Amino acid sequence: MKKFVLAGLVSTLLVACGTSVPLNDVPVEDATAKAVGADAAAAGSGVQGGGVAPVDLGRAVDQAPAPADSRLVYFDYDSFVIKPEFQAVIAAHARFLRAQPTRKVAIEGHTDERGGREYNLALGQKRAEAVRDALSILGVPSGQMEAVSFGKEKPVVLGSEEAAFAKNRRAEIRYP
Amino acid sequence: MKFCPLPRLLEVYRFFCFGLLLLATVPVFAQFRIEVSGVGLTQVPVVIAPFKGQEALPQKISEIIRADLERSGQFRVIASPAGVFDEASRPELSALRQSGADAFASGSVSKLADGRFDVRFRLWDVVKGQDLGGRSFAVAVPDLRLAAHRVADDIYEKLTGDKGVFSTRIAYVTKAGPRYQLWVADADGENAQSALASPEPIISPAWSPDGNQLAYVSFESRKPVVYVHNVSTGKRRLIANFKGSNSAPAWSPDGSTVALTLSRDGGSQLFLLAATGGEPRRLIQSPSIDTEPVYSPDGQHIYFVSDRGGTPQIYRVSARGQGVERITFTGTYNISPTISQDGRWLAYISRVGGAYKLHLMNLTDGTVSVITDSVADESPSFSPNGKMLVYATQQQGREALMTSTLDGKVKARLSGQHGDIREPHWGPFFK
Repeated sequence: MKKFVLAGLVSTLLVACGTSVPLNDVPVEDATAKAVGADAAAAGSGVQGGGVAPVDLGRAVDQAPAPADSRLVYFDYDSFVIKPEFQAVIAAHARFLRAQPTRKVAIEGHTDERGGREYNLALGQKRAEAVRDALSILGVPSGQMEAVSFGKEKPVVLGSEEAAFAKNRRAEIRYP
Repeated sequence: MKFCPLPRLLEVYRFFCFGLLLLATVPVFAQFRIEVSGVGLTQVPVVIAPFKGQEALPQKISEIIRADLERSGQFRVIASPAGVFDEASRPELSALRQSGADAFASGSVSKLADGRFDVRFRLWDVVKGQDLGGRSFAVAVPDLRLAAHRVADDIYEKLTGDKGVFSTRIAYVTKAGPRYQLWVADADGENAQSALASPEPIISPAWSPDGNQLAYVSFESRKPVVYVHNVSTGKRRLIANFKGSNSAPAWSPDGSTVALTLSRDGGSQLFLLAATGGEPRRLIQSPSIDTEPVYSPDGQHIYFVSDRGGTPQIYRVSARGQGVERITFTGTYNISPTISQDGRWLAYISRVGGAYKLHLMNLTDGTVSVITDSVADESPSFSPNGKMLVYATQQQGREALMTSTLDGKVKARLSGQHGDIREPHWGPFFK
């Protein structure tokens, strides 16, 4: 703000230059507003103060259908322990993956909506890694598996009550 | 040019008592509300006269300046006397003094031959009867708001001695149905421009220290990966796509390094990566969750969240990965640390009885205060002058962004986008 240059027209960034006149009592100092983005002039629609070039990655093609129960492991609140009722699900995937050594699998951890986004991402990662480790114990090579987390970003049930929370605290086993 | 801060004016700040637990809500204009609460608020009473010529424009310059100054919590804008004023007017100082004003600003906006507009203003110290000078900004129509913010910055700096932040930018994320968008907006939430639209979540945007790039986490490849995105060109660089999750990017103050959380070697662990990408180096190793790194402004330390003690707490470690110290000791869930530019304040989210509230710790003496009475606060970040915070919260079941003064006494909901709005990050001053 204090670095207004005297010679303005040298710069190709017209919007980024300004002149400074000593402040006596007569004219107010003349300073052309500096564009906020450094490359505003080059940014197409960047006449606006910001100079933001939009990037659009497109729309969702089809929302992936909710996975079948045979690909879901649910967890208790604040827990990463695989409950006994899900051992059969994990054992079935382990058998499949051992028989199909070229197949890759993604294990995606999720949390309920309570708490911060990044901390929930770390909690979801612990759930995904718990399932990955259980598969590993059953003989699935780690090179076939990737444990990732969506934290609280992808709830399957909306709502702020325990029934919704319980459905969202999960790991999904997905074959790309 | 040099601004002259006015300690003299500080001496004549009037003391306003709003009464015990009085909660006053002052509507400023349609979509903008400022809440003032608490007692013992010290604010400079100031008159912002309607700018001559602004009636013809969609942007009412004086209203933008007024909202900026009020949101800062440091000013009380009082009614302008009758009459038309511009930067050449010499106000009736004795009448202004009687109305309780300490400062008076007036100005004009006029069309130039090239189609741009010339926004001019002048500020008076009413108490001393002194002309504090003025400035003029020639801007295209889309930058009229920016010019108003610059005027507000000048007034703020001349009257408080601190740099104003009204012409800085805030990044945030919206979710509308299945569509996520990363926006870059003025510090009042207006004039939002889309930097990225995606069918998958975007979280944790973080401004580079030069204000030109945003690092963030995108789920566009069905896992969290970290991009660095040049906002003005739209050019994106994938800097972290390692096996597992890649998240929580934070810039070093010199812009050379990004600290982040990777699970590639198992667990959520802290790493440092050149901002251009490459091979990450591990910062520290633990069997627990370590995440949400953020550099201290001097670059010497990295604050982060860890559950190594059984519950998530804030710790810090030297930027070389040595000497882990615990910082928060009260409560069982303390996350999302952010440090003010002067290194004096740590803002973070703490769970209190099932509610997530914005807290502030004085790092000099360790005292902690609660800034909000809301229940779902997230993602705080400081204004670059360290005098305000922006954070996400929920209001009437919708996600909203708020600003607050550090004492929590003056809060404003940022206007702008419809739908759910989250993950704010306040950008730096422009050099």
